[in-house]
Amino acid sequence: MMYYSRLRLLGVAGICLIGVLLCLPNFLRSPAPSLPWRQIHLGLDLRGGSYLLLQLDLKSLEHDRLQSLQDQVRQTLLDHSLGYRDFVRDDATASLSFMPRSDAERDAAFKAMQSLPPVVPNEFTTSEKDGRIVLTLQHEAMLARAREAVAQSIEIVRRRIDATGAIDPSIAREGDDRIVVELPGVSDPERIKSLLGTTARLTFRLLAPNPSVASPGSTMLEDESMHTQVAVQDHVDVDGTDLTNAGAVIDQQSGGWAVTFQLNSAGATAFANVTRANVGKRFAIVLDNKVIEAPNIISPITAGNGQITGGFNARSASDLALLLRAGALPAPLSVVEQRTIGPSLGAASIRAGIISLLTGLLLVIVFMVLFYGRFGLYADIALFANLILMVGILSLFQATLTLPGMAGMLLTLGMAVDANILINERIREEVKRGRGPLQALQAGFDRATGTIIDSNATAFLAHVMLFVFGTGPVRNFALTITIGIVTTLFTTLLLSRLLVVRWYALARPKELPV
Amino acid sequence: MLSRPLFRFVRDDQRINFMRGRHMGLIVSAVLSIASVILFFQPGLKLGLDFRGGIIVEAQTPGPADFGKLRAALDHAGIHPDAVQAFGSPRDVRISINAPEGADREAQTQKLVDGVKNAISAAEPGTQVLRADAVGASVSSELFRDGLLALGFSLAMILVYIWVRFEREFAISAVVTLILDLTKTIGFLAITRFEFDLVMVAALLTILGYSTNDKVVVYDRIRENLRKYRTMPLRELLDLSINETLNRTLGTSMTVFLAALPLALFGGSTLTGFATVMLFGIVVGTSSSIFIAAPLLLLMGEKRLRKETDAG
Repeated sequence: MMYYSRLRLLGVAGICLIGVLLCLPNFLRSPAPSLPWRQIHLGLDLRGGSYLLLQLDLKSLEHDRLQSLQDQVRQTLLDHSLGYRDFVRDDATASLSFMPRSDAERDAAFKAMQSLPPVVPNEFTTSEKDGRIVLTLQHEAMLARAREAVAQSIEIVRRRIDATGAIDPSIAREGDDRIVVELPGVSDPERIKSLLGTTARLTFRLLAPNPSVASPGSTMLEDESMHTQVAVQDHVDVDGTDLTNAGAVIDQQSGGWAVTFQLNSAGATAFANVTRANVGKRFAIVLDNKVIEAPNIISPITAGNGQITGGFNARSASDLALLLRAGALPAPLSVVEQRTIGPSLGAASIRAGIISLLTGLLLVIVFMVLFYGRFGLYADIALFANLILMVGILSLFQATLTLPGMAGMLLTLGMAVDANILINERIREEVKRGRGPLQALQAGFDRATGTIIDSNATAFLAHVMLFVFGTGPVRNFALTITIGIVTTLFTTLLLSRLLVVRWYALARPKELPV
Repeated sequence: MLSRPLFRFVRDDQRINFMRGRHMGLIVSAVLSIASVILFFQPGLKLGLDFRGGIIVEAQTPGPADFGKLRAALDHAGIHPDAVQAFGSPRDVRISINAPEGADREAQTQKLVDGVKNAISAAEPGTQVLRADAVGASVSSELFRDGLLALGFSLAMILVYIWVRFEREFAISAVVTLILDLTKTIGFLAITRFEFDLVMVAALLTILGYSTNDKVVVYDRIRENLRKYRTMPLRELLDLSINETLNRTLGTSMTVFLAALPLALFGGSTLTGFATVMLFGIVVGTSSSIFIAAPLLLLMGEKRLRKETDAG
């Protein structure tokens, strides 16, 4: 293997050249927006910004589904003219149960329940217990719903964040029920947190006939404008999904801030019907289970638009309008992890990373020349190529680089010369055994190759594990090392060998500099 | 300068009788590892924010920080931090709060971090928040579990790899050595009080990967020599193999050490702990390659080793 075909030579040189080209976009401005300009992204720890981990409230999803299933069950029984008594909804076991009116109707009721259309396959089971018919939501199906809800939520979260003007946000799913939000440059995420922490489910419902006590089919809710509790009917007449637009305006009459909304035709029709049938009654505007206001219906509203006045200021009115435009979340999201890095710390980290990287590189380079002479110098050239290829590959994938990622690069460079050291020590041994330069080189390279692959494979495995189980910056560390191991195999087994072979072919030395 | 290397760690014909000190080496290693395990339970590791949950806010005040004023402001806001301390320059303040208890602790944790930021900005106008982290209890326990899983799976995969590529005796000796290395590093963490967090798990894994790499090279040479010198006593053969690879073992340790050194010196608060533990791990890993990994093979028995390498 002391002969490099021209093709192979060009191949190695070509890969190095591609590496250099891939690195370039990191240092230059894109000349035209149409060019594919792939750069490394700096992680939040280097750039400054906020990281939020949001958790979808599975319980609330379950609760909502139980509520709608309850409506469905009642309606189905009514449609089949089947009677029931003692209807129980149990949130703890995620089940509904009722007693059929008579034993004769039990089978018919059971069949009717089984024919209920599930939202996702195998959503609930129907069973009989002590004469009662029990419907139980299945956990697996709820997880499937959660995944769906997360997908919907990501869209809505994106719309809400875009509306705040945050630059370059990244929003991604994590696991079954979580969303990761990264906001570069946002050092105070308080507003975004409160925007994301609002479900923004807007409903319009009639007040119960007697608003001061809860009756069946109604729930006591907090009235924010009056600071009291009022009973609001559970039945939703119109909800926020029918909204087409919303905006913050100054109310002509009071001079305070208000939010106007526009409904689509279905919503407008429903709104007209309710208001026509209930003139003189109070109609509650409910946001996330809180009554914003409950005005009297003075006359039917048929145009499908309206105005909410609920003691807003400029900020809260425009935030609510933003939330209504972006749509309601399918379930509440809560922040379970938050990390914010200020811009000055980010800049300091970049400096620390670059100083360490350069110093480390310099130390290794000097060491290699002092301890391995000419072949050490070749190892150093391969080391540069290694660094360039690593940066090139990271740019190609538009990967993110964090401070631990920079540490990973540096450690890779420290480990990379191990392969050169192995080869050199081998060649040296072969020379001591009395082999000629050519045979010594050949034997050295050949014998060391197996060892190099074995020793890198174990490190590779360890870091793949870290990548699989790690999160955030640690994952980035594992990624750079994993990429680094691949580039190391290339630069040491092909490039530095090529340099040695070319030197040997040109100089034809009698003795090897080992 | 290029025609000959200027320095070598040891002469090529150096034959150090490492096997003579094998009992001493194993005993010292075992004692240190047992001590480390004791340290692991008492006083235990100092868990970082990732694994313990809670809040850390780091801020830089415009002038030298007035801790009394900051504490009073936090107290006034109804926040009772577990520590308000200086770090780095006199203007830098770190406030840490353990995860609150109670039913809605997740929401509490996230609320507290804003409370802290507002309280200190109000007390010292012009204060810059350098870092504000809040990790909920459920997330921290998951991170901890994932960290341990990563460590466990890595060890298992290393075991399988060496088993496949070498023989059973090699795999077992390597993993025993690795566990000895790992326990010492954990003991070092317990003594130095560096925070044990995800970045530390990364350091431990890197040490594992590096240390395995080192052992693989020595084992590779042992296997080669077992085939080459069929009559040489195992003890002598192990000594020969260690000596033959000594320059490489020290050389690579040196380069990795040199690469990690600047991280420990200039890496900033995130990386200093990581890199210091790495440096310790490199020293431990290198010495165990020389003094532990091969002697363990000797304990495994000469006959079995010979039979299996002959067959292979």
